[in-house]
Amino acid sequence: MSTIETDIPVLHDCRDAWVEALLELAETDDRIVAVVNDSVGSSKLGPFQKRFPDRLINVGIAEQNMVGVGAGLANGGKVPFVSAAACFLTARAMEQIKVDAAYSQHNIVLVGQSPGMAYGELGPTHHSIEDLGWLRTIPGLTVVVPSDPIETAQAVRWAAAHDGPVFIRVSRMGVPMVNHADYGFVPGKAVTLRDGNDVTLAAIGTVVSRALAAAESLAADGISARVLSVPTIKPLDEVAILAAARETRGIVTVEEALTTGLGGAVAELVVQHHPVAVRFVGVRDQFAPTGSVEWLLDHFGISEEGIVSAALDLLA
Amino acid sequence: MTTEEDLVPDVDSSMVLSDAFSVLGRVPDGVTEGEVVAHLAEAARLVRRRDIAMVRAAGLGHIGGEFSVIDILVTLYLHSMNMSPDHLGEPDRDRFILSKGHAAAALYTTLAMAGFLPPEQLSTFMKPLAQLNGHPARTKIAAVEASTGPLGHGLPIAVGTTFAGRLDGSSRRTFVVVGDGELQEGSNWEALMTAGNHRLSQLCVIVDRNRLQQGAAVSDTNDLEPLADKLRAFGFAVIDLNGHDHGALAEAFRNVPAPSGQPTAIIAHTVKGHPISFMANDVAWHHKVPSPDQVAQALSELEAP
Ligand SMILES: Cc1ncc(C[n+]2csc(CCOP(=O)(O)OP(=O)(O)O)c2C)c(N)n1
Ligand SMILES: [Mg+2]
Repeated sequence: MSTIETDIPVLHDCRDAWVEALLELAETDDRIVAVVNDSVGSSKLGPFQKRFPDRLINVGIAEQNMVGVGAGLANGGKVPFVSAAACFLTARAMEQIKVDAAYSQHNIVLVGQSPGMAYGELGPTHHSIEDLGWLRTIPGLTVVVPSDPIETAQAVRWAAAHDGPVFIRVSRMGVPMVNHADYGFVPGKAVTLRDGNDVTLAAIGTVVSRALAAAESLAADGISARVLSVPTIKPLDEVAILAAARETRGIVTVEEALTTGLGGAVAELVVQHHPVAVRFVGVRDQFAPTGSVEWLLDHFGISEEGIVSAALDLLA
Repeated sequence: MTTEEDLVPDVDSSMVLSDAFSVLGRVPDGVTEGEVVAHLAEAARLVRRRDIAMVRAAGLGHIGGEFSVIDILVTLYLHSMNMSPDHLGEPDRDRFILSKGHAAAALYTTLAMAGFLPPEQLSTFMKPLAQLNGHPARTKIAAVEASTGPLGHGLPIAVGTTFAGRLDGSSRRTFVVVGDGELQEGSNWEALMTAGNHRLSQLCVIVDRNRLQQGAAVSDTNDLEPLADKLRAFGFAVIDLNGHDHGALAEAFRNVPAPSGQPTAIIAHTVKGHPISFMANDVAWHHKVPSPDQVAQALSELEAP
């Protein structure tokens, strides 16, 4: 029994790392406040609310109001972390994100919880797969998509000190650790998790671990795949992606999102500077059918097998 | 790729299958007021039994807000609204929108009870490729007028359907149910303002006033009071009633449009989780899934009187 279980990697809900990092920051920096939309539980902010009841502002179910209030708090010298389900935060309050956060360059941290298809059976209204494509079009906004708890905690700490608006996508679906313990998050810097020179698998967020698994499986077939973890879709690490375009035969992008996110960003870059073959693993221009998150990821080929077959197709 | 035909009925849940669901259909015409209420009460009892089994089988759902709204849904679909499963596309049908789309299971069971869905389909709730999504989708179910799930969408759409009826010179009515927490969304107040200013008398907004939202009481989050005064100030004829009283609901729906020519707002005072002893008025039951013991307990509280 126990030998079987040791093979199963421990999966982490990155919301735990987020709230732990926020609490730690808030102990020493009283400018830090949380702003929520009836989302204390879904943001795992219960301990924060208990410790700092006055520094948690619950505006009710009102996302546009929530982001505007966050911008006003930033204007008043606070460091607001505006935390809500990613689907409602982005889709409902997009103009506030564009204007109140980005155009006004307020120091506001937008925390999109349970993104991608984490809400599974609750359906497309609750999925946040458009967010990467939307957010990367907004000037002056840093968009961070952590792949594990280590990166989540570092992104939260970095964002608190950063001058300018930031969006952080915090995973609810369990993910294994993919970064080393000595990892240091740098915005605009991709991380080479595995070297390789036949093909590059560029992955973001929750599915970086799947790209690593696919690289392992490709290696068994004698194919050497480089795995690039891309923690910020904006700014994009153009140097690392163009190096991958030059040094391997092409790039497979992997994301738990519409392919207008990382896929679109990588394609726009390489087509200008070093055109190579690109394959997109993600959701293509459709609303998801009913299903659990695990079922949906398989359904859309955002899986080890799906990534392997995209790589083989690229190399064929 | 899986196809729609691969849908498997929920055979692993004996609890669901053993909980028989008889379709009562609409209240027949020409019966007494007492018979109307008895029919609706029995339908609501069966709908609640089926709802809890569905949520248990799916492992997901929003029982609290489903149990607070079921009496409203059953009264509308089985008695008050002018619509029939045989004439789904009839332009003059009354329109219904469940803006608080998280109570989808309550809508699906009510639609089955009223003959708009085959009861067997209820077993597919939230299964892969199912039409019965966690939130109702217009593209998946013919009787659903608008896809909902994000709060604050139903009321503006209801204003639009009411306007369309007015433009067509139709006497059809639109009923929309919103949650009380949901009323914190500004879009509702934009729509209420439009409806009041345009005196959209064929519109009836029903507020499921259970006083709880997802994480806390509405009054501890961002209070609505004085709600009736606010709605009146926006140009509505306002009625307060007990949202679990089928007779009172039926009478209020019968009186739409209001003689004053204003749109109607019904503040339906309800209890989240009603009438289950261990769920009622407990915010934890917003989206808690009952254990097998809790299902058994709830079903025993929902035995025929
Ligand atoms: C725009 C939006 N924000 C947040 C949510 C998450 N959410 C789902 S139900 C709910 C609480 C709703 O409370 P209420 O309207 O009072 O419904 P009820 O008590 O009848 O269940 C919340 C916050 C949502 N569905 N849509
Ligand atoms: Mg409520």
